[in-house]
Amino acid sequence: MKKLLTFSIALLSSLMMMAQTGKSLPSIKLKDLSGKMVDISQFKNDGKPIIINFWATWCKPCKAELNAIAEEYEDWQDETGVTLIAVSIDDARSTGRVEPYVNGQGWEYEILLDPNGDLKRAMNVNNVPHTFLLDGNGKIVWQHNNYAAGDEEELYKKVEAL
Amino acid sequence: MNFTKILSLSLSLFFSVMSFSQETDLGAVSGNFQIISQYYNSDTLINAILPDHKMGLNSFANVNYNKGNFSAGIRYESYLNPIEGYPTSFNGTGLGYRYANWKNKSLDVTIGNFYEQYGSGLILRAYEERNLGIDNALDGVKIKYTPYQGVYLKAFAGKQRYIFQDGLTNGTGIIRGFDGEINLNELLDSVFSNSKLRITIGGSFVSKFNEDNLTPNFVLPKNVGSYGGRIGLRYGKLRFSGEYIVKENDPYPDSQDDRFNYIYKNGEGILLNLGYSTKGFAIDFSAKHNDNMLWRSTNVAVGPTDLLVGFVPTLTKQHTYSLASTLYPYATNARGEIAFQSDVIYRIPKKTKIGGKYGTVISLNYATAFAPKREYLNDMTTTRKGYKTIPFSFTDSLFLQDFNVEIKRKFNKKLKASVNYFNFVFDDRAILVAKVHELIYAQIFVLDITQKIDKKHSIRYEAQHLSTKQDQGNWAFGQIEYTFGSHWSFAILDQFNYGNKQETLRLHYLLGNIGYVSGPHRFSFQYGRQRAGIFCVGGVCRAVPASNGLTFTVTSSF
Repeated sequence: MKKLLTFSIALLSSLMMMAQTGKSLPSIKLKDLSGKMVDISQFKNDGKPIIINFWATWCKPCKAELNAIAEEYEDWQDETGVTLIAVSIDDARSTGRVEPYVNGQGWEYEILLDPNGDLKRAMNVNNVPHTFLLDGNGKIVWQHNNYAAGDEEELYKKVEAL
Repeated sequence: MNFTKILSLSLSLFFSVMSFSQETDLGAVSGNFQIISQYYNSDTLINAILPDHKMGLNSFANVNYNKGNFSAGIRYESYLNPIEGYPTSFNGTGLGYRYANWKNKSLDVTIGNFYEQYGSGLILRAYEERNLGIDNALDGVKIKYTPYQGVYLKAFAGKQRYIFQDGLTNGTGIIRGFDGEINLNELLDSVFSNSKLRITIGGSFVSKFNEDNLTPNFVLPKNVGSYGGRIGLRYGKLRFSGEYIVKENDPYPDSQDDRFNYIYKNGEGILLNLGYSTKGFAIDFSAKHNDNMLWRSTNVAVGPTDLLVGFVPTLTKQHTYSLASTLYPYATNARGEIAFQSDVIYRIPKKTKIGGKYGTVISLNYATAFAPKREYLNDMTTTRKGYKTIPFSFTDSLFLQDFNVEIKRKFNKKLKASVNYFNFVFDDRAILVAKVHELIYAQIFVLDITQKIDKKHSIRYEAQHLSTKQDQGNWAFGQIEYTFGSHWSFAILDQFNYGNKQETLRLHYLLGNIGYVSGPHRFSFQYGRQRAGIFCVGGVCRAVPASNGLTFTVTSSF
C-alpha cells in the first residue's frame, strides 16, 4: 500500500510537472464581440506577456477580479505591455449580457466568447475564474484558479518577473 | 509477476517515454480532475436525507493528449454513490467520454464524443454542466469545414449520452445536423473591411430518428426535422440579433395536462436581442417566444434534463446571492412562454461628487414571462394539433416578474461595497418548487462589503434578507469570509428561516467552510447544515435536498 502510494504520488507529480506550463495555446476558434472569428493560438502581443482569464457574467468572484485589474490595467499595460484576454463562458442565456456588462464597467480587455466551452475544455478549466499567464513566446508559465481580494497583485508580480 | 513489479515497470516505461518526449516532441498530456465527497449526518429537524450508504462521491478526470494537429482524450467518471441531489441515473465507475480529433486550418474532424451548439442553442445544444449532472454529449462524428475566410460549415451525426451505468450509455435516437454561417465582413473583406456595419447570417437543420413508442394509441413520426435561421447585425455601438426555429410535429407525453399530451403541433422558437452600449453605459432588450419546443432525441418520458437536443434559454438574470438564487429561481416553461427582459447599466463617472473617487456602477434588470395566448382546437380525437398560437401574443397569466437593482461602489483602496434589491413575483407552477400552488411575492435586500486589511488579509461581509408572506416566510442570511496569504480562506454562514409559519421550522442553517488554493489546485472542507434549494445553471435547475454533514472538494488542472 505504501509503495503504491509513493508510486502514485510520483506519477501525479510528474504529470503535474509536464503539465500545462510550458505549453502553447491550443488552436481553437472563438468569436469576439463583433462576431469575428479569432484563432486563439494566433494571438500575438509583440513578444509581450498575455493574461487569459476565464469568466462569466454570473460569476461574482470573476467580476471582482476583472474589476480589480481594470483599475490598474492602464498602468500594467504602460509598464509591461501586457494584454488581457477575458474569455466569457456565458451560454445562450447570458451571452447577450456580456457586451453591456463589459462596456458598462468600462473594461479595456480583449473579449472572446466561448459559449460551447471549446477553449475551456481544451485548457482543462474546471471552474471560473481561472487565470493563465503566457510569456512573450506564447508559453503558459503560470495559472491560478479562484479569486480572493489581493490576488491581482500576485498576478502582476508574475507579469513583471517575465 | 506481482502488482508492484508491473507498476514499477510501467512507471519506468512511462518516465522514459516522458524524458524521450521532451527531446523528440512526442506530444503533450494535460487534464483536470474534480472530487466531491460528502458524508451525511442524520438531522431530523431539517428532514435531512440519510442514505444507507452514508457517503457520496462524485469524481471525474479528463486526460487529453495533443500532438500537432492531432488530439485525443478521455474522461473517467465515478459516482460511488452519487452525491445526494445528483441524478441517480449517474452510477458506478467507468469511461464517460472519449474522442479523437484532427484539424488543420480549414478542416476539423472529431470522432467519438463531442459537444456542439448551433446558433443560440434552440435547435441544438449538446453540453455538459457537471455540477448539475447534465451531460448530453453526442457520440458519433463531427466535421467543421471553412472553405473560405468567413464561411463556416458544420455537420454531425451521432447518438446522445443518456445515463451513466459503469460507463457511458447512449440513448436510442440518432441525431443528424448541418449548420452554415457566413460572416459577410470576413468574406467580402475588400468591400467591408472598414465598414461600421457588420453582418452575420446563419442557418441550421437538425433531425432525429427514433423508433421508441410506448403508446399503442398513436403513430409517432420516426423522423422529426427542425430548421431555422439567424442573423446578427451591428452598426457601431448598436447591435441586433435574431433567431427563428421551427420544430416539426413531435408528440411527447405530458402526464400533467392532457391538452399537451401527445399533440402533433409544430414547435416554434424566436429569440430577439437589441442593444446599445458605450463606455460606461449600456442598454439592452431581449424578447422570446417559445412554444412546444421541448426537443429530445426520444418520444418516451425521461428525466427533465435527459436526452435534450435543444436548449431554450431563460430570459432572466442569473442571481448569485443565495436567497435570491436558490429559493425562487426561474426556469423556462417548456410548454410555452413569452418573455421579455431589459437591462440598463450606468457608471457614474469617477472623480465626480456623486460618483466618488472611483466611480459608482448602477445596474437595473427587469424580466417577465407570461403564458402564451392559446386557441384550443378541441381536436384530440381527430388531428390532435392541440391549439394555435400567434408569436408574442400572450395572456395576463404571469409566470414571473423579476426586478432588481445593484449599486456598487469602491470607497477607497481598502473598502468596496454593493447594495442589491430584488422584487420577485413568482408563479411556482412554472417550475418544480411547487409545494402549494400560489403566486409568491418576495423582496430581498443584500449588503456586500469587502474590506482589505492589508496586502495579505481581507474580509468580506454579506447580509441578506428575504421577506414574503407565502411559502416558507422570511429568511435572514449572514456570512463572514476571511482570506489570507492568497492561499487560505475561512467562511462561516448562517441562514435563519425565522419567519416560517410553523414554529418548529424556524431553524438555523449554520455552515462553515475552509478553503486552500495553490495555483490551479483547490481544496475545500465544508461542514454543517445545507438548506434544501434549487440549484440552477443557465436556467436549468435541479432540486437539492436538505442535508447535514461534511463535504470535501478537490479540483485541479494539470
